[in-house]
Amino acid sequence: MSFEFSARLEERAFDVSLELAPGETVAILGPNGAGKSTLLSLIAGLLRPDAGRAVLDGKVLFDVGSGSSDWRPPHRRGTALLAQEALLFPHLSVVDNVAFGPRSAGNSRKSSRDAALHWLGEVGAVELAERRPAELSGGQAQRVAVARALAADPELLLLDEPMAALDVHAAPMLRSLFKRVLAGRRALIITHGVVDALTLADRVVVLEEGRIAEVGPTRQVLEQPRSHFAAGLAGLNLHTGVVVSDGLRGADGLHVAGHLDPEAVPGQAGVAVFPPSAVSIFLEAPHGSPRNVFPAVIHHLEPHGDQIRVRAGGFMADVTPAAVADLALEPGLRAFFVVKSASVAVYPA
Amino acid sequence: MVVVHTAGRSRTGYSGIPAWVFVIAAVGAAFVLLPLAAMVARVNWAQFLPLITSEASLDALWLSIRTSAASTVLCVVLGVPMALVLARSEFPGQRLLRSLALLPLVLPPVVGGIALLYTFGRQGLLGRYLEFAGIQIAFSTTAVVLAQTFVALPFLVVSLEGAVRTAGHRYEAVAATLGARPSTVLRRVTLPLVLPGLASGAVLSFARSLGEFGATLTFAGSLQGVTRTLPLEIYLQRETDADAAVALSLVLVAVAVAVIGLSIRSGIGSGRRDGALAA
Repeated sequence: MSFEFSARLEERAFDVSLELAPGETVAILGPNGAGKSTLLSLIAGLLRPDAGRAVLDGKVLFDVGSGSSDWRPPHRRGTALLAQEALLFPHLSVVDNVAFGPRSAGNSRKSSRDAALHWLGEVGAVELAERRPAELSGGQAQRVAVARALAADPELLLLDEPMAALDVHAAPMLRSLFKRVLAGRRALIITHGVVDALTLADRVVVLEEGRIAEVGPTRQVLEQPRSHFAAGLAGLNLHTGVVVSDGLRGADGLHVAGHLDPEAVPGQAGVAVFPPSAVSIFLEAPHGSPRNVFPAVIHHLEPHGDQIRVRAGGFMADVTPAAVADLALEPGLRAFFVVKSASVAVYPA
Repeated sequence: MVVVHTAGRSRTGYSGIPAWVFVIAAVGAAFVLLPLAAMVARVNWAQFLPLITSEASLDALWLSIRTSAASTVLCVVLGVPMALVLARSEFPGQRLLRSLALLPLVLPPVVGGIALLYTFGRQGLLGRYLEFAGIQIAFSTTAVVLAQTFVALPFLVVSLEGAVRTAGHRYEAVAATLGARPSTVLRRVTLPLVLPGLASGAVLSFARSLGEFGATLTFAGSLQGVTRTLPLEIYLQRETDADAAVALSLVLVAVAVAVIGLSIRSGIGSGRRDGALAA
């Protein structure tokens, strides 16, 4: 059983095909206007494609063009949509909002309410049950919206930048909530955040101008971006391992000092992230100040904007051409890659 | 974040309105209020109660209230689907249809009455078949209700269509993806969201029905207790008993003020409930 999707929409120059395995979460990245929301609207049935076909677990969502015209309305698709804004129905209490899906499916008032309370419990919002949406903060409203979407028991969950409208305090909490509820669940999540893609998604699809520019496992796309957009977005140093109290112990045994994301707990799998621009290169090991010093052999130099990107081992550093000349950096040279621990963020992976 | 603009002026903010605009606005307000004051000044208070409690007056008042309530119900039943179709769907000729549906707003009511007569009258387009079935509409209380509905329907449609457009489509889209059938979305999401607009539309329709004169007289006639509503009674009394006409006019003004006051007090006449609708 799987999800297969292929659709063309001339008006928006949109032409995308993709597949999802059961239980797979895929992040959709791309610049504004790339067709990310169009993709979700087509899947949810809020837009009709000019041509294409989508099948969800053997259920044809649409099959348009080439003589056939089969189109299943949104309420019979099993594809709950969660948008940037919570869009809780303002005239219903929180618990009635969450019970909306079960009620629409024909369940009794009692069992719908029970289901609603269960899902409110899952998102840690039971105490909000009797409130009105107008009385909730942005983060609370979005948690309730997550419960409402899950209570509808969707076969495919569609998330359109669900954390973009939240303030910096609410986002990490919601991210850990998503990490929990998306585990083993089939979902598509539009995001602008590398961290979201890294922590939530198994695979990344990069959309550019209505086409898929790149697709692959999250780490691979972020470490070695081939598309223009992913390169601008990512091109980050990523180091996987186990979270420790002051950073991360790499799978290769390397210790990376950094500051822990609030959701990262020592002992769990994690990833240390730092931008190449935060890395400097020395020919001799420097001393003092809490810094990471990674000895490595340079194997590649390439222009990157007005900087030079130096690759060595698993690391990338962006340095000025003047520094490259001063240090006489060249492939084969052994050097020390230095990054302040304050520039390293450790996330749960 | 959604920024909600609260309508109205702020006490401290810069309004940007030139002083002469205030002067003209005051003249306009006086133009509306002065005739009402003149009428109140002309009321024969000594005879007021007997005048408005005469049998003919009470018949007219009771008939007006009954028929206006009935036509308001009819306006809601017919107008809600019209407003939804005009606001939410797209089809060829939609703009033309909207203009035609709103025609009674600009049509002289007498013309509406004549049109209704040639539709539902004994020789009318539908009337001749209704006649076969033993149903006579023209010059009956039913005709009063139809005439009032004809002129009042566009008020409800316009008011509600605006509310439906403002409420936006996104709540309905979310409801659909949660598995709600279109009828469920309409009942549990759309209508509750536009309830303020629906209420203010219904109030407008009721007020317009209450004041209806031309179409009623043309299509329903003026038979006491059957088709002679309050405006017709006032017009009739004006010929013979000016005091009675003034007294009944005041009653009509009082009913109209009460209806509008009621809708404002319950906060339904403002067209929106809270900022959530403006999202």
